[in-house]
Amino acid sequence: MSEAALSNRGDILPQGGAGVVQDFSSDKQAFHVPWGKAMMWIFLLSDTFIFSCFLISYMKVRISTPDPWPLPSEVFALSFGGDPIPLILIAIMTFVLITSSGTMAMAVNMGYRKDRTKTFWLMVATAALGASFVGMQAFEWTKLIVDEGVRPWGNPMGAAQFGASFFMITGFHGLHVSAGVIYLLVVAFRVRRGFYEKRGGNYEIVEIAGLYWHFVDLVWVFIFAFFYLW
Amino acid sequence: MAQEEVQQHPLSIYFWIWGLLFVVSFFSYMVDYMQLEGYLRWTLILVFMFLKAGFIIAIFMHMKWERRALQIAILVPPAVILVLIGLMAIEGDYTFLTRIEFFGESTFVPEYPHH
Repeated sequence: MSEAALSNRGDILPQGGAGVVQDFSSDKQAFHVPWGKAMMWIFLLSDTFIFSCFLISYMKVRISTPDPWPLPSEVFALSFGGDPIPLILIAIMTFVLITSSGTMAMAVNMGYRKDRTKTFWLMVATAALGASFVGMQAFEWTKLIVDEGVRPWGNPMGAAQFGASFFMITGFHGLHVSAGVIYLLVVAFRVRRGFYEKRGGNYEIVEIAGLYWHFVDLVWVFIFAFFYLW
Repeated sequence: MAQEEVQQHPLSIYFWIWGLLFVVSFFSYMVDYMQLEGYLRWTLILVFMFLKAGFIIAIFMHMKWERRALQIAILVPPAVILVLIGLMAIEGDYTFLTRIEFFGESTFVPEYPHH
């Protein structure tokens, strides 16, 4: 259920189907949210299509190769002294990313309560978890390239397309996480400095940065399901 | 603006969703750990995936509380991806059959470093 939004003239806008008709037919503004938030959503929509193209091309090459596909639960197994545990590093990375989404959601909430200190520390915690995710990914790539001989053009464990799909999909996702870490830190330090106080004490930017961060987590949900588990 | 009151939700809902995401992620990891196979495996993977995606979009990204015009504008367009999935699945099958027809079955012998 959505909550009361006001039109440009201050009238209360209708809800549900009547609201859709009125919003799309309004003269100046279709989306009654801050413009930055609408633009972030539209950017995320376009990013959805990019990641979909990667995952769909991965599906296509995986269907079309006659060679066996490398078994992710064996390729990504990791041993801590004893028998290798399947997918353990990927599971840890998944939990780290979910934890960071949780701290980000709290940061957004604290932002709207104008609690600058808590917002700052929660965003820093989110960025730190994101950075540790990228660190684990770097470890995973190194292990795959050096120890297991995976290359974009081939590998000893199965279909040649495995490496190309893996490096492209996780690399592009890792790039998003890295960009997100920088974005979050920039916003976090501005929050602490009181930068947004000079602009009317508006902390929507924390929510907008949060949308990006949750999207990165969302993409990982799909990568985890289709690349690592399927 | 009305927005300031709009985004005030009790923290408990975030803790709940956070916990649920942990539990569902654990289940999806278990799908692999228990070595489930075939349709059971694929169904469970998809169910847990859509559950997690739904929680993240609806609660963490606040989509549940947005006006329906924004919900429609953002959530409906990705449905066209289904068309591309369908087309590429057909194309993939065709390429596979063509390769088998002209190059024969695979003779690849996998070597796993852990074995």
